[in-house]
Amino acid sequence: MLAENLLLLLAVLPFIGAVSAVTMPVSARNAEVALAGSVMVAGLLALAVLFQDVTAGQVVSRSLSWAPSLGLDVTLRLDGFSWLMLLLVYGIGLLVVIYARYYLAPSDPVPRFYGFLLAFAGSMVGVLIAGNIILMVVFWELTSLFSFLLIGYWHQNAGARDGARTALVVTAAGGIALLAAMILLGQAVGSYQLDDVLRAGDLVRGHPWYLWILGLFLLGAFTKSAQFPFHFWLPNAMAAPTPVSAYLHSATMVKAGVFLLVRFSPVLGATDAWFWVVAGTGMVTLVIGAVIATWRNDLKGLLAYSTISHLGLITALVGMGSGTAIVAAIFHIMNHAVFKASLFMGAGIIDHETGTRDLRKLSGLRHAMPRTALLAIVAAAAMAGVPLLNGFLSKEMFFAEAADWHNGTWLDRWLPYIATFASVFSVAYSLRFIAAVFFGPLATDLPKEPHEPPVWMRRPVELLVAIVLLVGFWPEALIGAILQSGVLAVLGDTAPRYSLALWHGFNTPLKMSLTALVLGALFYFLFSRRLSQANEAPGFLSLLRGQQIFDRLMLVVTRKWPVFLSRVTGSNRLQVQLRLVVLLSLSAAAWALWGAGRLVPRGLWDRMDPGFALLWLAGIACAIGAAALAKYHRFAALALLGGAGLVTAMTFAWFSAPDLAVTQLLVEIITTVLLLLGLRWLPKRLQEIEGDKRLPARTRRAIDLVIAAACGAGVAAIAFAVMTVPPGLSIGDWFRRNAYAEGGGTNAVNVILVDFRAFDTMGEITVLGIVALTCYALLRRFRPAPESVAQPSQQTFNELPPLDPGREAAAEPTRRDQMMMIPAIIMQWMFPVSVAIAAYLFLRGHDLPGGGFAAGVAFAIGLLLQYLATDVRWIESRITILPVRWIGLGLMIAAGTGMGAFLFGYPFLTAHAQYVELPLIGPVPAATAMVFDLGVFAVVVGSTVLMQIAIAHQSLRSARLRAREAADAADPVAAAEERENRIEEQAHQQEGA
Amino acid sequence: MELTLSLGIGVLVGSGVWLALRPRTFQVIVGLCLLSYGVNLFIFAMGRLVTGAAPIMPKGGFVNPDRYADPVPQALVLTAIVIGFATTALFLVVIMASRGLTGTDHVDGKEREQ
Repeated sequence: MLAENLLLLLAVLPFIGAVSAVTMPVSARNAEVALAGSVMVAGLLALAVLFQDVTAGQVVSRSLSWAPSLGLDVTLRLDGFSWLMLLLVYGIGLLVVIYARYYLAPSDPVPRFYGFLLAFAGSMVGVLIAGNIILMVVFWELTSLFSFLLIGYWHQNAGARDGARTALVVTAAGGIALLAAMILLGQAVGSYQLDDVLRAGDLVRGHPWYLWILGLFLLGAFTKSAQFPFHFWLPNAMAAPTPVSAYLHSATMVKAGVFLLVRFSPVLGATDAWFWVVAGTGMVTLVIGAVIATWRNDLKGLLAYSTISHLGLITALVGMGSGTAIVAAIFHIMNHAVFKASLFMGAGIIDHETGTRDLRKLSGLRHAMPRTALLAIVAAAAMAGVPLLNGFLSKEMFFAEAADWHNGTWLDRWLPYIATFASVFSVAYSLRFIAAVFFGPLATDLPKEPHEPPVWMRRPVELLVAIVLLVGFWPEALIGAILQSGVLAVLGDTAPRYSLALWHGFNTPLKMSLTALVLGALFYFLFSRRLSQANEAPGFLSLLRGQQIFDRLMLVVTRKWPVFLSRVTGSNRLQVQLRLVVLLSLSAAAWALWGAGRLVPRGLWDRMDPGFALLWLAGIACAIGAAALAKYHRFAALALLGGAGLVTAMTFAWFSAPDLAVTQLLVEIITTVLLLLGLRWLPKRLQEIEGDKRLPARTRRAIDLVIAAACGAGVAAIAFAVMTVPPGLSIGDWFRRNAYAEGGGTNAVNVILVDFRAFDTMGEITVLGIVALTCYALLRRFRPAPESVAQPSQQTFNELPPLDPGREAAAEPTRRDQMMMIPAIIMQWMFPVSVAIAAYLFLRGHDLPGGGFAAGVAFAIGLLLQYLATDVRWIESRITILPVRWIGLGLMIAAGTGMGAFLFGYPFLTAHAQYVELPLIGPVPAATAMVFDLGVFAVVVGSTVLMQIAIAHQSLRSARLRAREAADAADPVAAAEERENRIEEQAHQQEGA
Repeated sequence: MELTLSLGIGVLVGSGVWLALRPRTFQVIVGLCLLSYGVNLFIFAMGRLVTGAAPIMPKGGFVNPDRYADPVPQALVLTAIVIGFATTALFLVVIMASRGLTGTDHVDGKEREQ
């Protein structure tokens, strides 16, 4: 049980650390290091405890059910191989955390850095211990995402942004291919559990989808581990801070690709296709990476291509696929991680202390920083494969495989020569790294005076170099057990016997090593001067411009094609777009319903009711009138719209829907008032718009009329056809039967809203609150059009005394007393009545028509009437309404009621119902649903009032604008300045638009 | 009654669509209101038309569902009415702001070039 919990801890801890890291203050550098470092140390401790559980090929796993019906479980699974990889992730992670503390400048925001780093480590851990192949892809894509954020850490720098984007596009696209591969694989095997997939090798290899699975899988693995031709993202990612490069490109990101290859080699490997594609790609990448690295002038660029080359080596080994090749691949994954991390950190130190990474500028640094020089030289020697260092051992194994393993193809016969050829260049670039930077005369024109770095920036490098040396001398004693458990985990019973001894005799691999060392050194000393003069790549390889091809492709796909498509098919004009939408829905409906037998209308003249027909005669007239008048006679159109709404409300009442009738009626009132308030800010439409009577405008109207008529006729036909067939079984039956039994209320509609489907209502009131806040926020920056600022003619029609609190106090007549005096008094007296109506509607809601929605709108109308009766200043000096608090309180009540159910062990929003006897009022339903309804009520009141007030307050704003203009008239100089500012502002706005 | 109501729905939807395709913002907002009446009535009508059978259930005992109107379309429409009001308000604020910023009430924010 301890092991399983530790496994969960391994996966979760980095993410918890990441969340804590980003919440810390920007200046908390040491606290961030302590946090990130303790996460890494905790991971290492957990690994130490877990090691005994995975040594002999056993597996620790823990499963949490996620979506069992889809075969998806959160399964975590640890074996020897993932243990070994986790050791790299956490171990090198710890060193990178310490190193980065001294590398990052004081101006760099550390919470973001450590947050991303920890989240990336967590995603990487997830890839390694996911026991479900879909889960693995999820973490895989997370690594792409967080590496994007890490590479783009210095987002002010265009190179960092480009590099990050390239890395994301390439690796995430590979991730999508991998997802497809995993889905196919899971379908072929019949299970998405990694254990089942790993056992099903023969089944998969014989499956008709095998080549598809393999191709998509390799696309994912190759993009991630920067194999040719997808290698170009890795050098671009060097724009990242060096600690990130050291982490991503030694131990983690790129190793995820080779991890996947090794992990799935027993399932997908050992076929001709696997050999040709994987070994072939690996060898090509090995050679190209090594050759280009030799020509790079940028220190990190050299290391980047060297990384590509070493990844090619590992890939080639997995491609050969024999037991000893897998051993060599795993061994080289570890060795490469160690020496490459130390080299990146060394390069970072050089960059940090000299201000440049250019090999042509750097020289003789062993005089200025002797210790760093020594460390970097040892690590670079390991990269070259010099004996007695760790890189030598795994490289020997690679040579042995290349020379001794055979399958009789031409590629197989050429393997030893290609391997030696690549090694020559590997020696050459390692030598160039050492000689150009540390030897020769000390460079004098460096941007900074070079000196040794802070001690703790060097300590991580020292530790890594010590490992390089110790593993080089005593491989068996130091990591024999770890490697053995990793190999057992991958190969199981077929694990080969191998020896980690230093001396195997003067055999072929040793001869190849020595040849490479001699030729490499020779090459470097002959051509060193030409290397730095050539432009970053030898002649023919400079033709391989993956980056340019990628850029061109991105330009075409994300810019040229969309622009072309939108030019050919698109329009900026709303009318055209809407017409398309309408036509599309019309034809979709017509296509779906064409010839549907059930939709033949029947019983055309049954059940005619003259009263109802008369009602709708009025309704139809209102609708058509509103449509006709909405352009030039907007006030009339608004009145007619209200008429149509009224007919709708009466229809609801007619057909047994009292709740709807009440709500519709109330909403109708408030909508009309709202639109009236808005009308104040739209242009007066007294004259005819130019061109309105000309042919194009007439044609457009005629076409739209046909479209609209078709839509209307279609909807009418469907409605009629449905209404005239009997309903059949409906979910409504259940609600009708159980409204009282289960919901404790007799009004089935209200019970559905506040009990059965309360969660929907909860969402709905949230939307309502958000909309109200949005209206409020939009209007805060509202600028009325200049011609709307003037006082409306209705207010200036009669000469009225001014609104003046002084006069009011002195009991003299003000404008308010003369305008609408009688309605104003009636409206003020109506306030208590409307409050009482709201309370009545609310209390009876559970059993009779009413409820929170209707009560809320009624209450809001009560308040609204007060605004209409007087003016904003008068009413707000008397009643304090805080609509935002109403919204907040309402949401809290609703959510709180829902969560109250947790206390009694029921799911969210489970309701409880009973009746209580109130004095004078009688039995009142006291369901918890009523409390929920109270929340609904409060949100509806708050939202409605907030929207109305926000619009109503605009008239205060325009009063202020008028006052400012009056001031302008008094002071013409200031007014001129003001006007200039305004013109500039308008120009800005037009640019923005 | 079915015929009358479906004709009414058709006219509401037709007028709404026609107005929604018009160039002035006020026409569009009136059109959306008409369209929402039509759609609400359409959804409501899916529960079939019955008179004098409001879904107020008896307290306990056997309930014959056929004697009451279907409450489900009613509940749907009730929320639709309130949300429809909210979107109308939002749209109104947007057209007010758009008018203030662009100086025109054309839906494209600029007058059509002749």
